[in-house]
Parts: sequence; C-alpha cells; structure tokens
Amino acid sequence: MYRYDAFDHRIVQERVAQYRGQLERHLAGKLSEDEFRPLRLQNGLYIQRHAPMLRIAIPYGLISAEQMRKLAHIARRYDRGYGHFSTRQNLQFNWIKLEETADILAELASVSMHAIQTSGNCVRNITSDEFAGITRDEIVDPRPLAEILRQWSTFHPEFAYLPRKFKIAVSGSREDRAATAFHDIGLFALRSPEGEKGFRVSVGGGMGRTPVIGTVIRDFLPWQEYLNYCEAILRVYNRYGRRDNIWKARIKILVRALGGEEFARQVEEEFAHLQGGPSTVPDAEYERVAAHFEPFDYETDLADTIDLRGDKPFARWVERNVREHRVTGYRAVVLSLKKTGTAPGDATAEQMDVVADWSERYGFGELRVTHEQNLVLPDVRVDQLYALWKDARAAGLATPNIGLLTDIIACPGGDFCGLANAKSIPIAKAIQHRFDDLDYVYDLGEINLNISGCINSCGHHHVGHIGILGVDKDGSEWYQVSIGGADGSDAAHGRVAVGKILGPSFAADEVPDVIEKLIGVYVARREDDERFIDTVVRLGIDPFKQGVYGSRPGKNESALAEAA
Amino acid sequence: MSGAVLRADASWAADSTRVVREILAQPIVPGDIVPLADYLALPANRRGAIGVWLAADSEPAQIAPFATELALIAIDFPAFKDGRGFSIATLLRTRYGFTGDLRAIGDVLIDQLFYMRRVGFTSFALRADQDPGAAVAALRTFSDVYQASVTQPLPYFRRRAAHGARP
Repeated sequence: MYRYDAFDHRIVQERVAQYRGQLERHLAGKLSEDEFRPLRLQNGLYIQRHAPMLRIAIPYGLISAEQMRKLAHIARRYDRGYGHFSTRQNLQFNWIKLEETADILAELASVSMHAIQTSGNCVRNITSDEFAGITRDEIVDPRPLAEILRQWSTFHPEFAYLPRKFKIAVSGSREDRAATAFHDIGLFALRSPEGEKGFRVSVGGGMGRTPVIGTVIRDFLPWQEYLNYCEAILRVYNRYGRRDNIWKARIKILVRALGGEEFARQVEEEFAHLQGGPSTVPDAEYERVAAHFEPFDYETDLADTIDLRGDKPFARWVERNVREHRVTGYRAVVLSLKKTGTAPGDATAEQMDVVADWSERYGFGELRVTHEQNLVLPDVRVDQLYALWKDARAAGLATPNIGLLTDIIACPGGDFCGLANAKSIPIAKAIQHRFDDLDYVYDLGEINLNISGCINSCGHHHVGHIGILGVDKDGSEWYQVSIGGADGSDAAHGRVAVGKILGPSFAADEVPDVIEKLIGVYVARREDDERFIDTVVRLGIDPFKQGVYGSRPGKNESALAEAA
Repeated sequence: MSGAVLRADASWAADSTRVVREILAQPIVPGDIVPLADYLALPANRRGAIGVWLAADSEPAQIAPFATELALIAIDFPAFKDGRGFSIATLLRTRYGFTGDLRAIGDVLIDQLFYMRRVGFTSFALRADQDPGAAVAALRTFSDVYQASVTQPLPYFRRRAAHGARP
C-alpha cells in the first residue's frame, strides 16, 4: 500500500497544527460555532446527538495492521472501545471529546492517517473496489490512480468551498464494486482497443433526496488527463452549482438543469484549456505511486484446492465469505461485521487488534474496508483458511452471511446521528433476529438489504434490493420500504437502478413482518435459483405490494413520501 | 486594522480605496472600487484610477478586455462558505491575463487566506473582527502543496525530483 514519504508526513502534520490552532481559537471564544463548523467538518468532526463524531479517512479502503492498531488504541483511549466502519470506507468514532480532537488527529498522523476532507463541502475521501489488485476481473489497478487523486484533492485551494459535498469513486474491474454510477464523479477504468489505460467518466450520480444514476460524459478519457478533467468538472460545478438551497446543491441537480449534453460541453470547453498542462500525470509519477502497490512476495507452487474437511459450517463460510484471488493458492476473506445483535459495521477495539494480528499471520499486514461495512483479509493462503476461520469464529467475525439478507448495510441512524429522522440499528437488529436461521438465509441467496435513517441515504437504501428509509411523521419514526434497487455490482448482474417505493410506511415493530412478507412472495414465486432481485425485475412490484398490504390500506397513508 | 489590507507577502499596506457597493447619486472618485456593470459603463477616459469588484456570480470574461489596464480587481465573498470567488480568481489569473492587485473583499476570514493566496489573491480586506496576528500566521499554514494552482503552477509530482534529497 501507499507509504507516506517525508513530504506527505509534513503536510499532514501541518494540518494537525492548523486544526489545533483553530480548535484553540474556538474554545477560547474567538471563533464562532458558525465559522468553526466548516473547518472542523473538513477535519471530519461532526457535532452529533450525544457527542462529537470523528470520521477518519481510510483512503480507497486500504489500511495496514499498524493503522488498524492505532484505531483500536484511539477507540480505547478516546472513545468507548469501539468504532463504526461506514459505507464510504471510513471509520467513525461516536463518543469523542471536542477538546481531544487535535490530539487524536496527531495520533493518526503518526501512522499516516488523517480525517482530512471526510466531511464538509469539498472533495471527500476517494472510494474504490475493496478487491483492487487481487481480483481476477481487474482491467486496471485503481489504487495508484485513487492515490494520485487523493493527493490532488487534498487541500485543493479552489475546491474547498463547493456548493455541497463531492464524492469520487474509482473502479478498475469488469464488475463495478465501487458503485461508480452513484457518485458525483464515477471513474470507471478500462482499456482502449489499443490497450491504453483510461476512464469512462460519469457525473451527477448520487443517492440522497433525489437519487440519480450518473450521466456518462466521456466514454474514454486517457488516464494521464484525469486530474485536468476532474478540475474542469469541479470548476463548472463550483461556479454554477446552486448555493441557495442545500437540497438542490449537489452536482446532479446542475447536470439535470443543464442537461447532460450541455454540462458535458461546458466541461469539455474548460478541459480544452487544461489538457496537456502541468497537471497531466507523467508516467514517472504513475510508476512512483504504483510501485507502492506492487504485488507482495506470494509463494508459488501452492495447491489451489481448499480442503473442506467435511466440516459443513466451514464449507458454508468458504462459500459465502471467501473470494477468488488472482494468485494461485490464495484467497481474499471477508470478515463479517454483521453478526446478529451487533450494529452493522461496528467493531470493538479488541476486534480491531485481532484483525490486525491476522493480517500479519494470514497475509502481508494489510486489510481492506468494504462499502458494505465489512473487513477483508486480502491475501490468505488456501491452507490457512481453516485456521483463520476458527480464529474468526472465536472473535465473532465469521458469520457466513456475506451478500445475504442479514449482511445489512446501515447508517448509525437516530441512535447517534444528528441528521437522522429515525433509528437504523434497532431495525437492522430486529431483521437479523427474525432471520436468525442461517440455513434459511443461505437458501434465500443473495439479497442486499440497506437501511438509511434519513433521506441523506448514508445507508444506501436506494440501491438495496430491499431498501428501508426512516422518515419522520409528526415526530414519530416511520419506515418506507422500497424494492428493486441495484448498485451496479454482480449481485444484480451489473444492473443499476433506484428502488421503487412499495407504498405507505410502517412503524418500527412492523418492519420485520414486512420483510418476511416480501421474502414470502419471493419464495412462492421464484423460479429455480432465481435471486430476489431477479424475481422483482421479472414480476414488478405489484405482487410484493399485494403480499405486504393485502387489500387493506397502509396504516400511515400520508407518510407516503417524497423520495421522487 | 481598518484602513489597511493584508498583502499576500504577509505585510500590511495602508489602503484608502472605497468599495462602492451600489452606485446611487454619489460621484465616482479615483480610488473607488465599483461594481462590474458600473465599471463597464464608465467612459474609457475615466476608468484609469477606478477599480472594479466582481460579485460571486459574475462572468470574469466580461472584464477580460480591461485586464491589462486595471490596477485592482476585487472579488466579493458574500459569505465565507461561498467558494465561487476561488474559481473566478483562478480564471482571471490563468486565462484572462490579469496581473494587477487581486483583492478579496466581503466575508474574508483568516482561515480562507491560505487558499485565497494560492488562487492568486494578492491582498485581503479582512472582515473587521479578524485577528491580525493570526491572519499573518494563516498565510503560512502549509510549507508546500500537492496540486498546481496560480502561485505554484507545477504540481508537486513535477517538482519532486528537485526535492528528492530532502529528508
């Protein structure tokens, strides 16, 4: 993975010093809350329901054992002994003291980490494919390109006060595991017929109140030009994006207002001035950064067969949580943070420490964080899978549910988040409890169930095969259920779609029943091994609507919301 | 520090200009900084000692024909969170050839200064309540930068070789 050099270290340390000064001015009453807010946000600090929340960047989901141990240390020393891995490959601490935030950032800087631009109206943490560099369907390794983009976007002076937040995702495989269609800029790496690296560029995708699938504005952009092209997009957005209404301020609204063609024309016009300029990335820089991601010293001549030892639970885990690797004799292992009874994405300090140990014992000291809120050990030898599984089981990290109904994506919701309309975690837990029979869940096959506690959509409910959205209705919490969403990954055969709302929303205690009814319709109507999402696509939502509401009207007709 | 502006080199300069937010009946006098539309309406022989200020939603291309003769262009920040002025400054410097004094006016706070300097601002009319000492320090927040901008047209990756020997 990328290792900071003296330059990178210096920049991050200077950032800590800058923030410490701002914090001191704020605590001394010399910097108002209004003026401190954008500054702390660009250092990942939110003021939440109970306490400040600190969001730490894990650039494109890559983290070392040393860094993971540092997170464990921070969890113990400055928080309540756990952290929350988010859908943007970040880590959030929910019980931070404002006075200690500069010290925490200094701790992070000591292991080449930061919370820079994890919030605020700026270019956010760059996200990517958690299997980058090890997957067999890779066309271009996105990691060096994501790192160069991270450096370019760090403290970009022109784009620190955008109309709204700005998210860029980079993917480099046949399967889009980074949901590029749902980002402000989606960079989908591919090769030209001549074999040159480049990107298909989409803009204006996103979730939130107005879910939109990104518009492709360039079918092939030579990779060397991608910083110039991003600059052109951001300049058009920074100048013309709406600033009068927070709900209309994302780039997707500008793209829609101008039309994709006109937006593309303006970007191309701007790009014409920048193309070939100093920010064009030279081969030497690509190679310098790419050298950090060179393959590890893998053993050769390993057998590639997994000995299942006639152990059914192990075989189940291998099937669900173990993934192919491009090197013979190795596998990537997904450690589930979705054990029944725990908040999706939460990990304790002890778990962080132990996964750091495993990354060294069963790999090369590196881990990945997935946008589905699980962890990945990327380089496990086939003959060590059994030992790892036993360790993981003992630590509560071996639930064999990856991609299944109980592998729920959920935001922290109303238990923590100041923005949320409703709680997410208790809903996730209630569904996990209802579907606690692993064999049954396994037989249901792949189903993405995503929960957001409000329309900001941090829980990606719009792209859940089943999506649940918390809505506020006269001060009480209701849940709107949608089906048929898809994020572009293979879970729905590359399909990209925003889920359709089933009908009137439900009270919290009704949600598990609703999910059970949806599953009931699916089980009754599925053909052969058809996945849930395929059944929804084939039948449309009506049979599911009928199955859930029957002929009676919903309890809360008027809460039928607003998401269009 | 009223009557003084901070300069990009961290010095303070006396300043007797007047930002005319809206021209009503008063005469325009030398040293005035007037709105773009009023500047464009001035007869050519009167433009000499007059400056212009651009609102955040203005098109800098409109001032391009005068870029070489203007001594001062100000860009207004209606709120410190409004970053349009950063792009306008970049365009004035990199595309429209403006080399005179580029001044930030309006809601100008010290925590924006480092970025403002990088996109080509050369003077800052700070909001009255800002701490002058902290403002000077803010100009030096970072010792170097990754990406290209007006004041450093080469990204670090094109300068790295020259810095290679540094610890």
